[in-house]
Amino acid sequence: MPSHTFTVNGRSVTVDAPDDLPLLWVLRDMLGVRGPKYGCGVDVCKACTSHLDGAEVRPCVVPVSACAGKAVTTIEGLADGDELHPVQEAWLEQDVSQCGFCQPGQIMAAVALLKHTATPTDEDIDAIANICRCGTYFRVREAIRSAAARM
Amino acid sequence: MTGQSRRSFLTYLVAAPTLALVTRAAADTLAPQPAHAVVPSLPAPADLVDLGDLFILAGAPTSALLALSVETDGSIRFRLPREEVGQGLTTAVAMLVAEELDAPLAAVRVELDDARPELLFNQLTGSSNSIRSLYGPVRQSAATARARLVAAAARRWNLAASSLTTADGAVLAPDGRTAGYGNLAAAAADPALTVLGATPKKTREHALVGRPTPRIDARAMVTGAQRYTLDLDVPGAKPCVVRRPPSLGGTVKDVANLAAVRAMPGVLHVVTIATGVAVVAETFGQALDAKAALQVTWGPGPADRLSDEQVRAKLRAATPPLLVPPLLTPYVDAEFDFAFVSHAAMETNSAVADVREDRAEIWSGLKSPIVARETIAADLGLPLDKVTVHVVQAGGSFGRRLFFDAALEAARVSKACRRPVRLMWTRVDDTRHGRMRPATHHKIRATHLLGEVLSFEHRVAAAETDFRHGLGEIITATAANLPPGLGNATLAQTLFHTTVKSPYHFGLTTHGLSEVPTGIPTGSWRSVYSANTRGAEEIVVDELAARTGKDPYRFRRTFLKTDAQRAVLDKAATEGEWGRTMPAGCAQGIAFHEEYKSRTACLVEIDARDPEHVRVTKAVIAVDVGLPVNPRGLEAQMIGGLTDAISTTLRAGLHLDKGLPLEGSYSQFHWARQRDTPRDVRVLVLPATGEEPGGAGELGVPAAVGAIANAWARATGSKPRSFPLHFDVDFTPYPR
Repeated sequence: MPSHTFTVNGRSVTVDAPDDLPLLWVLRDMLGVRGPKYGCGVDVCKACTSHLDGAEVRPCVVPVSACAGKAVTTIEGLADGDELHPVQEAWLEQDVSQCGFCQPGQIMAAVALLKHTATPTDEDIDAIANICRCGTYFRVREAIRSAAARM
Repeated sequence: MTGQSRRSFLTYLVAAPTLALVTRAAADTLAPQPAHAVVPSLPAPADLVDLGDLFILAGAPTSALLALSVETDGSIRFRLPREEVGQGLTTAVAMLVAEELDAPLAAVRVELDDARPELLFNQLTGSSNSIRSLYGPVRQSAATARARLVAAAARRWNLAASSLTTADGAVLAPDGRTAGYGNLAAAAADPALTVLGATPKKTREHALVGRPTPRIDARAMVTGAQRYTLDLDVPGAKPCVVRRPPSLGGTVKDVANLAAVRAMPGVLHVVTIATGVAVVAETFGQALDAKAALQVTWGPGPADRLSDEQVRAKLRAATPPLLVPPLLTPYVDAEFDFAFVSHAAMETNSAVADVREDRAEIWSGLKSPIVARETIAADLGLPLDKVTVHVVQAGGSFGRRLFFDAALEAARVSKACRRPVRLMWTRVDDTRHGRMRPATHHKIRATHLLGEVLSFEHRVAAAETDFRHGLGEIITATAANLPPGLGNATLAQTLFHTTVKSPYHFGLTTHGLSEVPTGIPTGSWRSVYSANTRGAEEIVVDELAARTGKDPYRFRRTFLKTDAQRAVLDKAATEGEWGRTMPAGCAQGIAFHEEYKSRTACLVEIDARDPEHVRVTKAVIAVDVGLPVNPRGLEAQMIGGLTDAISTTLRAGLHLDKGLPLEGSYSQFHWARQRDTPRDVRVLVLPATGEEPGGAGELGVPAAVGAIANAWARATGSKPRSFPLHFDVDFTPYPR
């Protein structure tokens, strides 16, 4: 069984897993990192959205072999201890979450957007394709606007 | 019925002459309506006794079993016999507890109760009923706790209890002494304590209830700390998925490559269960690979010959006839079709099960846990008291988690493999194998003359909805309180007639339902019959207005029955600038809905200039729930209902093809995404108008369906008749 070494939320990990095992299951089933959620497994719902070396990825379609030597950041790694990321703060301010299941992915997508677009337009926000079945989109939009202002 | 006590409310009866139809023929018992020269309609059963009233009544004998405790650290634990699926119930209940106890909201912990059969009918989460049924008993519980804490302090200080006050989680004496609740928790438990009667606060005394309040679980959700079923650490529980048949309800005949699949990396068990072939593996990734590799021979399912065309034909044929023939009066006729719709919760069906020789433990998101526990115990052949069922907060439901399909499967797999398992439905299976909102067909005929609406008839045929999750017992237990004609009605008929009603004085108003068995797994979907039924009616209301040369808003205003209804409609129309000029291809639409003692009006603007991407661009929603407990949560519910309506009205539905939906994921079942939803949404919560909260969970859907369809009609010049309105098969289906 191949061995893969990378970091998850700043912590170095080594896992023995088939090269093609999706990162999502490495995180959830082998490392117990359960913030990223399964919603479809085919990069459609985007619920598992996380970051690989700072770039937005969907762990359900990223093979673990592609993570070697890289830094994986999940929703659990976004806050600095008890101090939340400004996007998380904006999510609390707007009371975005309903069932909450898609929100780790929504937040990680928003963080990625704000990283390269400090003042996103409505069209930029429209381009976030993460599904929210509860329909919190308007509050997601308001939270991104608020976070952009904070940052 | 506002202002009547529940007792008088329930003794108010109405005649319903036939099983399937409720006809109000004699108008003389209605008070005259001089201000509105319209042909009055008699109250419908749902005006008098709605489904929620039956829930409240059935739960009443056991409502005192709610569990509240005060801990020595000052925290207050409330065991909630309901499920939280995102509707914000735990926050609202925590607010009620904090209000009555004068405790900080942060001190209140709401925990979801395990299945407790002794609660009988008081542990079903549905029908927008939780706050309605819990408002009284939760406040009574907390008020009693407060009275005991005050009594304990009075004894300690040798003061009269009546001289003491409470604030911020402590009892205060006139001389300035204070005692925290944690400090009094033990003394307050003394049975010998003399306790004055405890009466919940009056509405005008509320400091927290009625104030917009953020969710108590919001921080857990934004940090990834919120634990859903498959996030739980149950020792030894291994990932499990099920290979399902190529058509709904198909059966396993043979697995050709059992040994080869069992030998795949990480695979621990492959077992056949009633619903398919289950694979247990070290990771879900490996379980999914093994599931895909299985070569299974399948037996047929009960709906193998059914595609959309056959379903529609069956429904058309089964639609009950209309009563009033259009002879001399002008009339509006309309027929509507609504497709099957997936519940599509973000968290697919999932459960953890640990079944041993002599006991079992289950974890799952369950809205009907008592029935789940009873069914699973019987299926496993274990005594009821040897089966523990934990209710886990869930990632959405929309009706889906009234059923416990994953929990039952997980129990069976765990028993067969003799090990704990974490069972997950894949998204494709969750979309294809149901359950789903039943497809419906509607016939509506309204007659009018000289600006009056003389009759409004609505006949519905629906693929049979499965209500076997404990609802039947509730209705049976309260049958004596049903209006005559409904007491003997079938379950579906009762549900239909206790939820569907017209808010308008449209003269002779009748509703009829017939259900068609199809073999397709169905279940209640947020707002049950009302989304389609009332949505269709709101379209006909617009067409009646057009036919009589009236403005759709003014027309509704004329025929609504009460001032409270008109206040909501006026609010939406005014704040939404009804009638403002829109570019060609864009339009406004408006609609109204009332249910479960609450009412709402929705005004939307739609941009239909790009037929490939029709978008609702703005929504203004006014809502009156009588007594809003958490206006911020109520806004969220209405925004959710709006998104449901945008999705199911415009693009999201299931194509049934030879016993299986074609759609398999969100790339095919076109649920709205950010780009499909309005950039401008305003929810206007009307101030409290009553002493009790009405229902809110499903309220938002039907009015929004009507408003969107009406806006679409005005923008495109087409009549909306078949839903979703844009429903091409624009994808390659997954293999069966």
